[in-house]
Amino acid sequence: MKPSTGNSGALGKIAHFFFSTDHKVVAIQYVVSALIMLFVGFLFMLLMRWQLAYPFQSLPLIGGWFPEDHPTMPGGVITANFYNQLGAMHGTIMIFLAVVPLAVGGFGTYLVPLMLGATGLAFPRLSKLGYWCYLSGTLILLGSFFLPGGAANSGWTAYPPLSVIENAGQTTWLIGVAFVYFSSLVLSINILTTIVQLRCKGLGFMRLPFFVWSQLVTSVLLLLAFPPLVAAAVMQLLDRVLGSSFFLPSGLVVSGEALDVSGGGSALLWQHLFWFLAHPEVYVLLLPAFGVVAEVIAANTRKPLFGYKGMVYSSIFLGIMSMLVWAHHMFLTGMGITLSEFFQITTIIISLPAVIVATSLVVSLWGGSIRFSVPMLYALAFLPMFGIGGLTGLPLAMSATNIMLHDTYYVIGHFHYVVAPGILFALFAGIYHWYPKVTGRKMNDRLGRWHFWPTLICMNGIFSHQILQGFAGVSRRLYDGGESYAHGMEAFGLNSGATWAAFGLLLVQAFFIVNFFYSLKWGEKVDRNPWKATSLEWAAPSPPLPEVNFETPPAAYRDAMTYSEPGAEKDYSPQWEPSS
Amino acid sequence: MSFYPFSYFPTLASEHGATIDQLTVAIFSFITIVFIGWLVFFAYTLFRFRSGKSPKAQARNPRGRWVYGLAAGILVAELFIHYGLGAGVGASQLSAISPTADTLQVRVVAQQFAWNIHYPGADGIFGRTAPEFYNDQSNPVGIDPDDELGKDDIVTFKQLYLPVNKPVRIELTSKDVIHSFFLPEFRIKQDVIPGMEIPVTFVPTMTTEAFRKLKGSETRDFEIACAQLCGVTHYSMKGTVRVLEKGAFNAWLIEKAPTESDDDDDFWADDDF
Repeated sequence: MKPSTGNSGALGKIAHFFFSTDHKVVAIQYVVSALIMLFVGFLFMLLMRWQLAYPFQSLPLIGGWFPEDHPTMPGGVITANFYNQLGAMHGTIMIFLAVVPLAVGGFGTYLVPLMLGATGLAFPRLSKLGYWCYLSGTLILLGSFFLPGGAANSGWTAYPPLSVIENAGQTTWLIGVAFVYFSSLVLSINILTTIVQLRCKGLGFMRLPFFVWSQLVTSVLLLLAFPPLVAAAVMQLLDRVLGSSFFLPSGLVVSGEALDVSGGGSALLWQHLFWFLAHPEVYVLLLPAFGVVAEVIAANTRKPLFGYKGMVYSSIFLGIMSMLVWAHHMFLTGMGITLSEFFQITTIIISLPAVIVATSLVVSLWGGSIRFSVPMLYALAFLPMFGIGGLTGLPLAMSATNIMLHDTYYVIGHFHYVVAPGILFALFAGIYHWYPKVTGRKMNDRLGRWHFWPTLICMNGIFSHQILQGFAGVSRRLYDGGESYAHGMEAFGLNSGATWAAFGLLLVQAFFIVNFFYSLKWGEKVDRNPWKATSLEWAAPSPPLPEVNFETPPAAYRDAMTYSEPGAEKDYSPQWEPSS
Repeated sequence: MSFYPFSYFPTLASEHGATIDQLTVAIFSFITIVFIGWLVFFAYTLFRFRSGKSPKAQARNPRGRWVYGLAAGILVAELFIHYGLGAGVGASQLSAISPTADTLQVRVVAQQFAWNIHYPGADGIFGRTAPEFYNDQSNPVGIDPDDELGKDDIVTFKQLYLPVNKPVRIELTSKDVIHSFFLPEFRIKQDVIPGMEIPVTFVPTMTTEAFRKLKGSETRDFEIACAQLCGVTHYSMKGTVRVLEKGAFNAWLIEKAPTESDDDDDFWADDDF
């Protein structure tokens, strides 16, 4: 049941593109969709950032387009309700529709089979189903903006009872994210099975590229963490639609009216179920980033990774521990001393494997011959940015210092340091690194550097201001940037710094967008192994052959990262070349 | 705009708050030292092993288990921070301080988008409350009108009055959705969850008068902020805290005490907001 490849003509090509179950085609669909969603989520953020720095002022440039009776932006000013919708959707889009699909759906689907020397994923049609579910979820979530009442507005965390009593957009949100969760679930099954079953001859587990290990642990996390959240989403849906009370305690009175529900539920139950997914989710984002950075660093230092086995075991340990830290998001819910103690300790313990992996990556640089290519710049910048993100997590992990910093802009600054200049930089490194494999052409080096430096500066401009604002005790999710409060006004000026850095970030993304499309047609043509790297994906032609990837099935003769072997004639020994 | 991060801390006005601030400063000093040390090593490595200077990579990695040593060192440092410095001020420990005879008892009932404050009055005992008695105009905290113990209770709206240097225990509850009771100057933050009664205990150490003098503003107040998204006007769900000298606080209690005639009055008519 392979789709016809002999179809000529534009229509045939489009049909082929949409219905192909080739892992490379599916992955490209994921990458393109995820990059578009990344940009959409970023634009939402810009709207919010304007309102935060210049509350109740009309948006610049486009503000005049909106009439005074516009439902969401009268006179170009965002309403409070629309602000909350943007906030909820920014988080939802960035995590579920942008970063996970990019890191796992895109990079995982494309690279794992190639790195295993396989012809595709274990379940090709399942991967297509996963993408379609993702696409449906995305369209449902975006479409919810056009419903009466608009999109969900209770935050990406959707805490009940608020999320149960709020607008109809929340129902759409639950249905939309259920599709997305399901797509991640089938994706993880697929990648897991592929790694276990489809390794080529000679490719033992300890010979796998670290990237494949990171995808393996990620898939296990997705597999274990998503089902409880799907269940929780269904329960919240029942609370909203059928009047059940999973998350609604007795005696609720909203706006002076007693809520007509049976009650007896628990508002905290949702938080436990939600964070049981959403904390492993952080490692679902982080592990593929580690994987990409490891590959890029090995290729650009011309030496094997330091402590490969330690990194593998640490990642596995990280995965296990990540299932045991969820309630550190809930120190202030009054869940009790014993629980707080437990989760504080597990949170401290989880920093151990993270430190080992990050330190191994840094030590891998020692003794190398470091080439500062564009992917390497991003991979290197990942290290200190992730470092800031990780270290700023420490005061949050302590339940005492958490009191002041919880739910403030400090938290926003902290996790954005992990995700934006951290994980996103790693994914940018991956895009620049594997673009030649996917397209047969390199991305432009100069545009890449113009993209890198200002992006690094602007990212820091945004999030350092937020860290400081958090010290001042300015709460997150405040529509007016803290203007209502005297303590908020004392740090109000920081808003504009972050906002202008964000607008700067928008401008310099033009270099990436132009580069991405320009290089498709005019980039420097490359052979199959432009970076002189060693893992199996570089044995395939660039781009790899449709359906089969390799001309002849490869076999693995050594570890994935064998560089600068003494006595070897070149400074890299590809995995697929037999020793002479 | 200052880049010295700790200058952004709100004014400190509670006893336990000093510990939290010191701990924050200690942790930040620790992570800053770790980060700068790390950054120096990172920059030196990049400089020393750039391909121009180091055209051929070393074949073997530096051997050593010291990476595990480093990680273990950081773990020990964290545990030291946790147990050595942070002992006794865990978030939930704050709420676990058991009330003494000297402790002022207050209930706070949160709703979209206001804070209702309930004092037990002269008898020191709260009247019975239940959701069926909630009335936004006349009975915002839902006191049972038939309960004798509730007759002397005092209810205020968005304004919490406290005596200085005396422990206060606040029972938090919510009528509708999750809020978070945040007093930045007192270093108190606690989620307010419907269906649960969660206490926080602290000792205010600065009067509003002293705070105003410090800030050079006649109108400045300690603030109650909502720190958990609770709906469309969450951003302005604000209250104030007035901290008075003991004598002034007692006078305020007497002034506020309901008299017989108050029973017929509209609840809001004689209030000061």
